[in-house]
Amino acid sequence: MKFIKKMAAKEIPYFEIKPSKSWNLFNIPELIKYKDLMFFFVYRDITVLYKQTVLGLLWAILNPVISMVIFSVIFGGLAKIASDGIPYPIFSYTAVLPWTYFSQSMGGATSSLVGNAHLLTKVYFPRVMIPLTPIFSKLLDFAIAFVILIIMMLFYNISPTLNVLFLPLLMLLMILTSLGLGMWLSSLAIQYRDVRFAVGVITSLLMYAAPVVFPASLVAEKFGDTAYLLYGLYPMVGVIEGFRSSLLGFNPMPWDLIGMGSISSLIIFISGSIHFKKTEKIFADVA
Amino acid sequence: MANIAVSTDKLSKAYLIGLKNEVHDTLGGAVISWLKFPFKNYRTLKRLNTFKNNEEREDYFWALKDISVEINHGEVLGIVGPNGAGKSTFLKILCRITEPTSGSAKVYGRIASLLEVGTGFNIELTGRENVYLSGTILGMTKKEIDRKFDEIVEFSGVEKFLDTQAKKYSNGMRIRLAFAIAASIDTEIIVIDEVLNIGDADFQRKSIAKMESLAKEGRTVLFVSHNLSAIKAICTRAIQLNHGKMVRDGEVSKVISVYLSNYVKEYTVQEYDLDSAPSSEYAKMIKAELKFDQSKGDHLKAGDPFEFEFIFYNMMKEENILDVVFQIKDELDNIVFIGSSMDNNYVKVKEGYFKWTCKIPPDIMNQGSYTVHKFYLIKNKTDVIFEQREVLSFEIMYAFDLRIGNIGRKEGIVKPKLNWDLLTGENANK
Repeated sequence: MKFIKKMAAKEIPYFEIKPSKSWNLFNIPELIKYKDLMFFFVYRDITVLYKQTVLGLLWAILNPVISMVIFSVIFGGLAKIASDGIPYPIFSYTAVLPWTYFSQSMGGATSSLVGNAHLLTKVYFPRVMIPLTPIFSKLLDFAIAFVILIIMMLFYNISPTLNVLFLPLLMLLMILTSLGLGMWLSSLAIQYRDVRFAVGVITSLLMYAAPVVFPASLVAEKFGDTAYLLYGLYPMVGVIEGFRSSLLGFNPMPWDLIGMGSISSLIIFISGSIHFKKTEKIFADVA
Repeated sequence: MANIAVSTDKLSKAYLIGLKNEVHDTLGGAVISWLKFPFKNYRTLKRLNTFKNNEEREDYFWALKDISVEINHGEVLGIVGPNGAGKSTFLKILCRITEPTSGSAKVYGRIASLLEVGTGFNIELTGRENVYLSGTILGMTKKEIDRKFDEIVEFSGVEKFLDTQAKKYSNGMRIRLAFAIAASIDTEIIVIDEVLNIGDADFQRKSIAKMESLAKEGRTVLFVSHNLSAIKAICTRAIQLNHGKMVRDGEVSKVISVYLSNYVKEYTVQEYDLDSAPSSEYAKMIKAELKFDQSKGDHLKAGDPFEFEFIFYNMMKEENILDVVFQIKDELDNIVFIGSSMDNNYVKVKEGYFKWTCKIPPDIMNQGSYTVHKFYLIKNKTDVIFEQREVLSFEIMYAFDLRIGNIGRKEGIVKPKLNWDLLTGENANK
């Protein structure tokens, strides 16, 4: 009976279980309580991903670098696409960097719930930690690939402007968009497994829609200023052009694109959260 | 009120069951249904999350219906019931893995589920990494695990392999480590679903001991198992579920004995023709039957002799010694005895039919429900060539007997008739 006495001394947590309302918000204090689990999920993601590979973390560099080389040869060399006066390899690499993070973390989040179905049916923890895991773990790949960008900047003798101080803000926009879409897609994918197949095609479509191989100014040139502003509603447009401006400094910061992107990104994030919370109660039943 | 650990109020859970698929016998019908099928699939999938409360529909299956129960702190509650009775669903709702469709539950204290040992185990990670990953998944913080790390490692017995990838572990090692992590959780309420059916005998003993010590500490334990002797040994109270409803609540031995008498059925004969008989590569079981003298009544009574008859078809060309070995278990899962034809026969058997008869002498078995649990055919004393489980099941009724006062109650696993000698007078003192 020692244990009961010990229990009486401390506060006994209490919770009630009942069918949830369709409107629900994330329980932030609970998420903080589970921060150690978040850490080990991310740790697992990173260690397991590169286990039994010869090149290990080098893959984080190889993927974007190979994309950059292909783009430079085809679009920069053969198609001679304009690059706002920036050398094409660094022009495309600055875009490939946030793009790789965006596509990989979004893709990871999409399949995350289905991939962890065995956990969903066995233990309770805040479900959102599952799609959050790739959002955090892909930041490591991002950081490693960033080193290559710094080397390229040294090589081309390009120094960042003061606008580099806005880089964290751009990254936040990039993360928020990935997370918002990740919550949408993961909660849809566990119920409708079609989503996993669709995401592959959609991702490559989204890549050519983003100003990865061409500058956003091309859109303004060809379709006019209104189209340019509407183009900004795709959050990765502001992110990519923002990366180029703040790091390479050839253009002023595209605040119009970033502003438009922030609005739609917030909408995606908030609606994604709501949809996720609304459907999470059935995850264990459909997993 | 302060002492209540879990209280549920009309807790219910409905699942949507698949309706029968339409079958098309024309190509046209099949093509049309194939074209419509994305829409139909969409509707079916969408309905997975649109439940209307308490709506009675034939495609809803109530896994749990109106369960109202109060469990006090310190109680060790056993939950029994046939497969599909809703035992696991009940635990899953309390652990917040799935939501109830209606009703509510209040839980006072932290609750940890050991619904399946090894949750979150990743074989690519080392033992040490797995302790932390699995521990945090089960709801512990890193600090708590740091504190208990040595205890966990000691209980699991895998010290030497802590920094080895778990994929190089044997199955037993993985289970031991996983259980050690789970057992180290010190939440007020612990939920266990059949975890005792794993690992070797030594590990099972350790696990039951651990569970008993958790119970003695005043921890609240909810325990689901088909291992009724484990429930009887550990629990202070039991409830029985059937078809999602609670049908009995009370003292452990009473709930268990009623459960057994209602749900364990008798089948004293299994007979097949050569084509449909249960078969291995080497032999077929044609017939297994329990026989007794029915002139004294329809039921077998404690004290009566009876016999087992086993007929086989040997498919092997060469002659071999073929022994029958079987295990008799009682309703509490105790092995009463193991019968083996190796006791007195070493006869070689040719291809074709052969029959073993095994006579059980009088005055050995007590009243109760029994099963011929495991059943083997062994070739040349070494190779198991045929294996069946739960071959026969039978009931031995109590016999009116002046020897024992408590008529109707079973006392002791066996009921042998012993030989007694009485001596009186002067010689009795020598």
